[in-house]
Amino acid sequence: MTDVQTAYYARSQVTIVRFVWMTVAVILAAMTLFPLLWMVSIAFKTPAESFSPNLIPANPTIENFIYVLTGVPFARYMLNSFFVSATVTIVALFFHSMAGYALARLRFPGREAIFLAIFSTLLVSLPVIIVPLFLVVKAFGMLNSYAGLIVPAIFNAFGIFLLRQYYLSLPRELEEAAVIDGAGYWRIYWSVILPLSRPILSALTILFFLANWNSFLWPLTITTDPNLWVVQVGIANFKSQYSASWSYMMAASTIVALPMLILFLIFQRQIMDSIKASGLK
Amino acid sequence: MTDQVADTGYSAERRGLSTKHREWVAGYLFVLPDALGLFIFLGVPMVLSLIIGFFEVDGFGAYRFVGLANYARMMNDPLFWKSARVTALYAVMLVPLLYVCGLGLALLVQKTTRFNAVMRSMFFAPHIVSLVVVALVWQLMAVDKIGVLSRLLSALGFGGVSLLGNPSFALIAVVAVSLWFLMGYYMLIFLGGLQDIPAQYYEAAEIDGAGPVQRFWYITLPLLKPTSFFVLMVSMVAAVAGAQAFDIIYVMTKGGPANATSVLILYIYQQAFGFGAFGYAAAMASILVITLMLLTAVLFFFTRGGRFDHD
Repeated sequence: MTDVQTAYYARSQVTIVRFVWMTVAVILAAMTLFPLLWMVSIAFKTPAESFSPNLIPANPTIENFIYVLTGVPFARYMLNSFFVSATVTIVALFFHSMAGYALARLRFPGREAIFLAIFSTLLVSLPVIIVPLFLVVKAFGMLNSYAGLIVPAIFNAFGIFLLRQYYLSLPRELEEAAVIDGAGYWRIYWSVILPLSRPILSALTILFFLANWNSFLWPLTITTDPNLWVVQVGIANFKSQYSASWSYMMAASTIVALPMLILFLIFQRQIMDSIKASGLK
Repeated sequence: MTDQVADTGYSAERRGLSTKHREWVAGYLFVLPDALGLFIFLGVPMVLSLIIGFFEVDGFGAYRFVGLANYARMMNDPLFWKSARVTALYAVMLVPLLYVCGLGLALLVQKTTRFNAVMRSMFFAPHIVSLVVVALVWQLMAVDKIGVLSRLLSALGFGGVSLLGNPSFALIAVVAVSLWFLMGYYMLIFLGGLQDIPAQYYEAAEIDGAGPVQRFWYITLPLLKPTSFFVLMVSMVAAVAGAQAFDIIYVMTKGGPANATSVLILYIYQQAFGFGAFGYAAAMASILVITLMLLTAVLFFFTRGGRFDHD
């Protein structure tokens, strides 16, 4: 066999392997996306058609969406979700970047101990402390209030940790110029550090907003007043009230999921990169 | 003096503080909001979770010390034991599946091509949707006889199987939904780990005649240990704590049928917020906390403190 032939066989083999590889990926991806497509499909179907096996609705309708947006206080739930998620995200990023900056750059006694204490809370997840946390928040009189929805959700070690890592990787020279100019620490933070953090802050903004928009357990636990329900709680209760009308529920689900999926499509690189970076290295 | 320090002003000399002390004060003030918040809303509840279990809490928030009564009740509560078993089963099924699927998907779309970028986004997309919606959609698909999954099953010759109504299948269904939701996330974590493996290792192995299987076994897996440790630890903690399971089960099955999907966190939640038995719920939660600490310790022990650089 000549060299040319070997190369040819090797290449055609590679092509076949690649083709099989890509086919497997496409099939798996289609299976992964199917439930989401199904959700959108049912949302556009009439109630009578909602259990027919066809993916494309025979008589597409927007009745379900109109009902969900006008017949139930769904807009109110959306507004609550938006207000809570946005507030938590902004305040959390502000606090976390301050803490991250101090833990990465400023020298003060006990810094390592404080960092370790914060780091050790990384693995504490909400369900485990839900009962005592509820009692603490109740003791503050924050049950059934926006404060109760917002304040406890602000604090998590994940953001502090990521921001500290980011600040550790920034070159010190950038701040030193400001120090020579006689700037105080607050001004260094505000006019040097914060502008430099724009890439990581924008990635974290999306992640935080997403996490809060999707969170269910905490809002469910501390709000019984329907006026304070966020959209996830609203939709879960929607189910117990209208258990038969799947087309309404899927329309509601689509309205809740779609903004996030669009956000994801726009910022997919930033979102996926920051998650990739959050693994242990 | 201290009130002036609060705004960490411009000129150190004027304030009469040395540069060093000014840095101290600034450091504490910058850390203060987060440290205080984490202390109140994470630290205090953590400690409380170990203490409240010894008390009985009534509807008006009055605490009465009852010693080990809650723990004694737990020992004799068949539903507690059932929930503990369901939780263990859920974690034992989910964690290995997540590891295999996460790593498998990562290897599938590892190369940076445009095609793979699209695939990655598609695999990750379920993670963007809230678990409440995820649970609703899957429940709809699993409706007996007429749901699209049930139709598919009967087309495959498994007609009459009730996915969410049969105690033998319900937990498996919950595991499947959790897997679908989480696999894209762990795929990304694995991709991050794979990225850090130097390409020269693979090139050298190829020159030595190592096939794809050998390369995976002798290069990828060993060098992926830190990532593997992270994935196993995080997914184990999340599975036992019910971070995803709670939302899915609360919406899909409420713990049924016949308590087959009643994970511990759901039972704790029902005891606390359904029956007002905060003390009993906290006692059960403390068992959960201790289990999680032990699991983490075991994982740390077997991986020599999570360090892999020199083995």
